[in-house]
Amino acid sequence: MVIFSVYVVNKAGGLIYQYDNYVPRAEAEKTFSYPLDLVLKHHDEKVVVSFGQRDGIRGNKFCCRSPVGHAVLSINGVDVIGKNTAEGKDILEYLKESSNYPVSIRFGRARLSSNEKLMLASMFHSLFAIGSQLSPEVGSSGIEMLETDVFKLHCFQTLTGIKFIVLADPRQSGIDALLRKIYEIYSDFALKNPFYSLEMPIRCELFDQNLKSALEIAEKAGNFGAGS
Amino acid sequence: MTVHNLYIFDRNGNCLYYNEWNRKKQAGISKEEEYKLMYGMLFSIRSFVSKMSPLDMKEGFLSFQTSKYRLHYYETPSGLKFVMNTDLSVSNARDTLQHIYSNLYVEYIVKNPVCVLGHSLDSELFSSRLDAFIRALPFYSPRAA
Repeated sequence: MVIFSVYVVNKAGGLIYQYDNYVPRAEAEKTFSYPLDLVLKHHDEKVVVSFGQRDGIRGNKFCCRSPVGHAVLSINGVDVIGKNTAEGKDILEYLKESSNYPVSIRFGRARLSSNEKLMLASMFHSLFAIGSQLSPEVGSSGIEMLETDVFKLHCFQTLTGIKFIVLADPRQSGIDALLRKIYEIYSDFALKNPFYSLEMPIRCELFDQNLKSALEIAEKAGNFGAGS
Repeated sequence: MTVHNLYIFDRNGNCLYYNEWNRKKQAGISKEEEYKLMYGMLFSIRSFVSKMSPLDMKEGFLSFQTSKYRLHYYETPSGLKFVMNTDLSVSNARDTLQHIYSNLYVEYIVKNPVCVLGHSLDSELFSSRLDAFIRALPFYSPRAA
């Protein structure tokens, strides 16, 4: 049982807080000879696997529709910088030259940049609204829980429009209580901080500390019980 | 316990089929607009989920729920998308959607040479079989809703 991350989104869809509690490392390193038996391509300033899947290296499930393949993280033990090697050469060009082989490449899921996190938060903000507009029932809220096979996203929107979002393992229980606990921590340690201005990113040490301990308790116990 | 409505989209985002059974609220826009909005939402959710996921996924997006309804999603490798809205008591409709695909769509649309793939499904046989199938579901009962 594990809680992956926490997002706090303000009522305009801006990300005001993000914390990664647990980031699983799914990485694979392999030595390749010429020519490469994977198809790589540029995507979002990264080099990702667009076709071919082997030895823990993941390609796209649906080619070109959802670019979720693993990205190149390092070449011969040296971390890459975006779509260039450490020396500033384009990775795809580098891998085209047979003289550079054998080459050892490390692949893994690309970490989200803070820009991407902002984008995903505002994306969820609109998905939340559409989910409520397309409701076949009267008086529906937005998306409260979104389920995939590897994680569940739980969202709690307060009356004032702030959204608390928790990503957790699908089997993790007690997330509703955790979301309300985070709201309580937010009201106590962020809102009452005289240096905090509303709707702005939260940079309060006490908020961080209390949030972390709440997550720890939630992970251990699975739930808080009604009162706490 | 009830089934609200069902959408079938092809891989290009065309709405091939729509039917509703117990729908209390309309979206307030034309049906064409609603299909586009629904497909856009699903498309964004797919991309959102694949970026957000901390691990590699197999099935990807399965369902979401709000305070009033649950949306079940099933996508075939060929890109056909089945979307069914039910109330919250239906926890898993994956087998149902898979059944609609393999026993109704494939049987009455793919195997029907007159049905042009990629256009809205106007086969009466398909509609009636699908309607009968949905009405026979254990969680279909408009009275309780």
